[in-house]
Amino acid sequence: MHEYSIVASLIDRVEREAALHGGVRVHRLHLKIGELSGIELDLLKTAFDTFCERTICDGAELAIDTVAASWACPSCDLTVGPGAILRCQTCGSPARLTQGDEIILERIEMEAPHV
Amino acid sequence: MCETCGCGDPEIVPVEVQERILSDNDAQAGHNRSHFHGLGMLAINLMGSPGAGKTAVLEATAKAAGHRLKLGAVSGDLATDRDADRLSASGIVSATITTGSACHLDARLVHHALHHFPANDRDIFFIENVGNLVCPAIYDLGQAANVVALSVTEGEDKPLKYPVMFQKADLVLLTKIDLIPHLDFDIEAVEDALGRVMPEAKLVKVSAKTGEGIDAWLEWLEERRPAPVEHAPEPHEHHHHEHVHEQSHEHH
Repeated sequence: MHEYSIVASLIDRVEREAALHGGVRVHRLHLKIGELSGIELDLLKTAFDTFCERTICDGAELAIDTVAASWACPSCDLTVGPGAILRCQTCGSPARLTQGDEIILERIEMEAPHV
Repeated sequence: MCETCGCGDPEIVPVEVQERILSDNDAQAGHNRSHFHGLGMLAINLMGSPGAGKTAVLEATAKAAGHRLKLGAVSGDLATDRDADRLSASGIVSATITTGSACHLDARLVHHALHHFPANDRDIFFIENVGNLVCPAIYDLGQAANVVALSVTEGEDKPLKYPVMFQKADLVLLTKIDLIPHLDFDIEAVEDALGRVMPEAKLVKVSAKTGEGIDAWLEWLEERRPAPVEHAPEPHEHHHHEHVHEQSHEHH
């Protein structure tokens, strides 16, 4: 249940940004979460709903963009399909994860009367 | 004011962040890495299920290394000091990181433990993570390598079920191999599963009970040891120290 600690870090970060920009209320958080990030989206949402009470994020919506895992050969650029042995079929190099481990706060939509 | 309808609502502004949510942990882990580097210690993040045999492997490692290597360990434990007590008895300088209800170690906990650790002259510093195949994989601690202990009683398909953990592993220790004769265990199936989640699948088969494979594991560790630190570096030579510690201490 590390989702609770992820949410704690998220809310901390949002509070810092809000202080910086004079935000008084957060409407929406845009996150990017990869398939191989180790984050369970349902748990993340539950943790967020629990922890955002009485913070600047109270009532805010989580807009989550999920990213599928994708592997490719670093030398030939060939894609290695999901579930396959993670080696390039042409040159035998170990594949590299090109996307899918993201845990990113992309954007905050906040009410900021003085901006 | 709301420009769309003039209703008097305050303006909603988008603030671009584009940063990892765990960026604070990442920064702390980078700081820990500087510590390990400056002290010439090889830091290993040892992960695995509860009961995978993490502590037993470290005990066997201490036995096989004898006086050749100075070993240190911090053990993440929800409630007890049992692992650290076992490791101390085996000759490893050890401390416990009590995590309470937390299911993983993070960089801040490791940093705190490092500054209270009784010996900073260790060749290898093991960070024995909380027994869990999910959460610990997500937190960088400042280690040089991730090692996952997988016991033969856990089943061949564990790598496919917990891809995040195995994808992050630099080495998998297949533990308790002395039990294989009593099980229907298919080593090729484990190797196949690892190849599908771990790009440079590397497996070392060990038995803490018989000592089999421990030499190969020690060899793997030795290959990763940093060059010896020849002189005590000046404080701040290796990294910036922007944080304040609760207790005064020297930074070597």
